[in-house]
Amino acid sequence: MRVGIFATCLVDVFFPEVGISMVRVLRRLGFDVDFPEGQTCCGQPAFNTGYWAEGRRVAKGLIRAMESYDAVVTPSGSCAAMVRRMYPRLMDEEPEWKRRAEHLAARCFEFSEFLVQRGLVDLGARLEGTAVYHHSCHMRRDLQVTEAPLRLLAHVRGLTLKALPHPEDCCGFGGTFAVKMGGISTAMADEKVDHILSTGVDFLLGSDMGCLMNLGGRLSRRGESVEVLHVVQLLDRGLN
Amino acid sequence: MNGKSAFQERVGKALEDDFLRRSVRETQDRLRGGRVAAAADWGDWEALRTRGEAIRRHTVEHLDVYLDRFATRVEEAGGHIFFADTAEDARRYILQLAVAKGVSSVVKSKSMVSEEIGLNHALEAEGVEVTETDLGEFIIQLAGETPSHIIAPAIHKNRKQVAELFSREAGRTLSDATEALTAYARRRLREKFLRADMGITGCNFGVAESGSVVLVSNEGNARLTSSLPRIHVVVMGMERLVPRWKDLDVLLTLLTRSATGQKITSYVTAITGPRRSGDADGPEELHIVVVDNGRSALLGTKYQHVLHCIRCGACLNVCPVYRHIGGHAYGSVYSGPIGAVLTPLLNGLEKYGELPYASSLCGACTEACPVRIPLHELLLELRRDQVEEGLSPRVEQMAFRGFAWMAEDPKRFFAAAKLGQWLTRPLADEAGRLKKGMGPLSPWTESRDFPRPASQAFRDWWRREGRREGGTDDGSTR
Repeated sequence: MRVGIFATCLVDVFFPEVGISMVRVLRRLGFDVDFPEGQTCCGQPAFNTGYWAEGRRVAKGLIRAMESYDAVVTPSGSCAAMVRRMYPRLMDEEPEWKRRAEHLAARCFEFSEFLVQRGLVDLGARLEGTAVYHHSCHMRRDLQVTEAPLRLLAHVRGLTLKALPHPEDCCGFGGTFAVKMGGISTAMADEKVDHILSTGVDFLLGSDMGCLMNLGGRLSRRGESVEVLHVVQLLDRGLN
Repeated sequence: MNGKSAFQERVGKALEDDFLRRSVRETQDRLRGGRVAAAADWGDWEALRTRGEAIRRHTVEHLDVYLDRFATRVEEAGGHIFFADTAEDARRYILQLAVAKGVSSVVKSKSMVSEEIGLNHALEAEGVEVTETDLGEFIIQLAGETPSHIIAPAIHKNRKQVAELFSREAGRTLSDATEALTAYARRRLREKFLRADMGITGCNFGVAESGSVVLVSNEGNARLTSSLPRIHVVVMGMERLVPRWKDLDVLLTLLTRSATGQKITSYVTAITGPRRSGDADGPEELHIVVVDNGRSALLGTKYQHVLHCIRCGACLNVCPVYRHIGGHAYGSVYSGPIGAVLTPLLNGLEKYGELPYASSLCGACTEACPVRIPLHELLLELRRDQVEEGLSPRVEQMAFRGFAWMAEDPKRFFAAAKLGQWLTRPLADEAGRLKKGMGPLSPWTESRDFPRPASQAFRDWWRREGRREGGTDDGSTR
């Protein structure tokens, strides 16, 4: 099976270590991975702000880059939801592109979802520590994937997962919302950060670098030392 | 940017109001917790939502038929019905009625539509005394404010603030014990009930098959409002119908469980026509004002769904934005997610264009909605309309055109990333974090560190090592 890595713009530009971990974990599991360099971004920043025409231009680039793979795997619940749920709708008025969007939508998976669907839940990882997992809203509500990352984490030996109060609440990221409504976004991040700190854990884990960049940015501004990791980073670390 | 908008000003003020935020948070937690427990208690809640959604869809799709049936039954039962195209038409009808019947005092039970049409001010301007009799509404009337929540209008006030308001009204210091405060309100409102010439209520549901108006309340005030005064006026949004009593059963269950987590409210009152000969009480006249005010223009559009709303407030109770700014910051009658969708639709994107952006698109509203209105997707549509109608800021338009131009081409995109990496070097701390950003990034860096683009992008790593490492540890592929 030829797996195309859709790194996402955030990982490619800001958090390459997440992409590197994903390549390593997937290879260790025996997948033949490739990273087509034609990709950039899924187009959400434009699409979610109302710029559908601009979002469409960017989406077409991603479709072209990724459509030839058997499966496309991405370390982002939000970008996977964009491709799966929004791309076909975005191409409503262009039948040929809609077909191509649906083709990609059917084979694009968020990382944990991809593994768990194939029965790969125990990767043999071991890492001592306590952690909370933050469910990103697009992954939870639009992609409807909640259990997969938890199942992967439950099999990490030595790791204790603690419950976060109000786990269903948004962290305040919301893409351009974080800058258009910076004050509200910060208030939301602060409440989430308070919840995280109340658990006293070592790691904050998640499946979307947007949320983790927001929470991590607030944590470090508040001088807190909770380590922020993508699920795949934790697994990779636990496998070495 | 040309300074802060009125909306941003209100948001800023709300965020600094710790009393407001604590009150909203506590009530929100109580209400949303109640909803989750009540849904679990029901059993197959999703199946009930599906039925509720189907009933609302069917009703709104055949609204003309059911409005006609409802009007016919109302008139058969001896009531009057008036279709108001606009808020102005609705106000005028009620004012003329009040003048013609020599009404000097009005009692009201809670009604968001009456807020929407600005009824209280219009009546008061004609010298008619208006008293809100729902406890929350009574509180905010004394404070000279508007409701900040669909079902909990005084959610932003705490007990101490209420005691101060009531003491001022009473002319003496009242204890802030809940019993003392409610006892005061009860005594005070009784006088008003007994004196009133006209009672004005909203309408939770109109049952088309019998022409009945159904009121859902917890305080009994709706019952007094609709039965004591000689004239009863119902103000209802035109979409507030259900075809049959059987359908009411489903929607009533969804409404009370979603709103407050109650299995049923203390009072559910059904009114069919005015007092009949032989009736012990009830008004001599019943007038039902059906308000359009922009609703029918949504029929047949991609926004038709919003007419399915049953005004339970569940979306407000789960909304993280509402949680931190409360209802008044929205600057509209309806607040929270439903308000952010409905207000621009009824009153125009020109004036309320910021509301669709007052959401992180987290989708908690859509998940909570008992009739499955895709609220966060409608917000996306409103943003889209705003951009396509050229109403978004010029700078933003240019920025996204630039974004698309870059993101279409990986070479341009990564040249920009490298440029960003270079430009931000002098701004970063030793750990590579930006504490202070430029331009559009500054609302982020005001409160949060921002990462610098990595010195080696993922694709750089891929080119240098990643691709070469190919294959798998044991040489096989899955």
